[in-house]
Amino acid sequence: MSDTIISAKNLDFYYGEAHALKNICLDIPEHNITALIGPSGCGKSTFLRTINRMNDLIEGTRVTGSLSYRGEEIYAPDRDVTKLRKSIGMVFQKPNPFPMSIYDNVAYGPRTHGIRAKARLDDIVEQSLRDAAIWDEVKDRLKKNALGLSGGQQQRLCIARALAIKPDVLLMDESTSALDPISTSKIEDLAMELKKDYTIVIVTHNMQQAVRISDKTAFFLLGELIEFGDTEKMFSQPTDKRTEDYITGRFG
Amino acid sequence: MKRKMYEIVGRILLYGCTGLTVGLLLFIIGYIIIMGVGGISWSFLTTSESVIKGTIGILPAIKNTLFVIVVSLLISLPLGVGAAVYLTEYAKNKRFVAAVEFASETLAGIPSIIYALVGVIIFCTALKLQKTLLAGSLTLVIMILPTIIRSTQESLKTVPQSYREGALGLGSGKWHMIRTVVLPSYVDGIVTGCILAVGRVIGESAVLMYTAGMSMAMQDFSIDRLSGASGATLTVALYHYAKENADFSTAFSIATVLLILTVIINFSAGFLGKKLKRS
Repeated sequence: MSDTIISAKNLDFYYGEAHALKNICLDIPEHNITALIGPSGCGKSTFLRTINRMNDLIEGTRVTGSLSYRGEEIYAPDRDVTKLRKSIGMVFQKPNPFPMSIYDNVAYGPRTHGIRAKARLDDIVEQSLRDAAIWDEVKDRLKKNALGLSGGQQQRLCIARALAIKPDVLLMDESTSALDPISTSKIEDLAMELKKDYTIVIVTHNMQQAVRISDKTAFFLLGELIEFGDTEKMFSQPTDKRTEDYITGRFG
Repeated sequence: MKRKMYEIVGRILLYGCTGLTVGLLLFIIGYIIIMGVGGISWSFLTTSESVIKGTIGILPAIKNTLFVIVVSLLISLPLGVGAAVYLTEYAKNKRFVAAVEFASETLAGIPSIIYALVGVIIFCTALKLQKTLLAGSLTLVIMILPTIIRSTQESLKTVPQSYREGALGLGSGKWHMIRTVVLPSYVDGIVTGCILAVGRVIGESAVLMYTAGMSMAMQDFSIDRLSGASGATLTVALYHYAKENADFSTAFSIATVLLILTVIINFSAGFLGKKLKRS
């Protein structure tokens, strides 16, 4: 059994008046892939975005209860959010490379955190692109604009960009939903590879994807966590009727 | 059949509008150049007016124009871009932002003679700058600030939110994110704002007549003499020759120089923008 890395206890989240997460209790284990599933609007993305405090960008949100990363409160008043986000990287739903060269995209994070030496940056860029399984496709055009890449390549570039700051946890917010099947399978393989060194939390609408790659699955419905456990068990013998209805496609 | 006629008539009307507009524009440009180009000579561009020799030269006016453009842009660009960045990226109070936007839109549209009055009261009188190019430039700063703020704000709004999220998600601080991701991807907006602002500065006469003076003599722009530098820009000089001296051939020559100057400035702003974007 792996150690818990992210732990939610009685976590509630509000967008203004709307109660988006209700009393969530969830322990995410280290070096695992944890999938968050559930129908649209169930709160799975909201939960993901509380982990690196991306919800801070939205006005009028409020959090109560406890959410901790390696035992420290994520929402502590003196929490350095930039440091938190350095440890907890994120890959978004739509590929969002910056309008600069491939090299500068990957080097953006390290540069932000103070790495200036050219040789060091070169190493980080190459290693991150290799880890994201895109090095061979882009090594001859590192100075070209990243917006010229295909959607699948852009998303792997974004993964490389996230890996370049050596995060501890990688959050993936439906990161394959905008991609074709081949790119999707590349990114799934990549996630399986990366869990050796990282803890990965993915939000997905695709249940086959959750089955294929995740170790643990959490099922959300209307802001509540209905069921959480080993993926294999949840998809073969769900304990809650609502989980069964959802994974067998009766709603959603 | 009726439908077809309808289409044809519509198309003819649209062609007509375009043709008329472009035609009028070309006519004006052509007319000015034909009337003006004859009066332009090397000495016209490189000397100042001499009553004794009876020669006309516009070098002081050219220098004054460049001075006014450079000074007013140097001050208003950082101020305006800074204000726009604050309003779009930092300001939390939506009502405040809306009020400022409304105010700057209104200010961008009011007649420049009102700015002239403000300039006379604040810069020339209260701050004791008198009628100088410096006072004129400062008045123009106030005049073009709303234009720069609005155009900057509009282009900041077009920078995708996903760029901001991407940068913040990598642990970038807010200002770092703005400086490294938001501002570079909106260089075009700065350039457009600059061109609009320069256009207003070059075209301005009322403000400068009241705040910068109408002298056609050579001015000294060294820092310690700045308090005495007072003179006409090209546009004011144009007015001066056409209205006071009824010397229309000189006025047309100045107009031609103004046209060329505007083209040069707009092209170099565009060129600079492309350069900045690439680096």
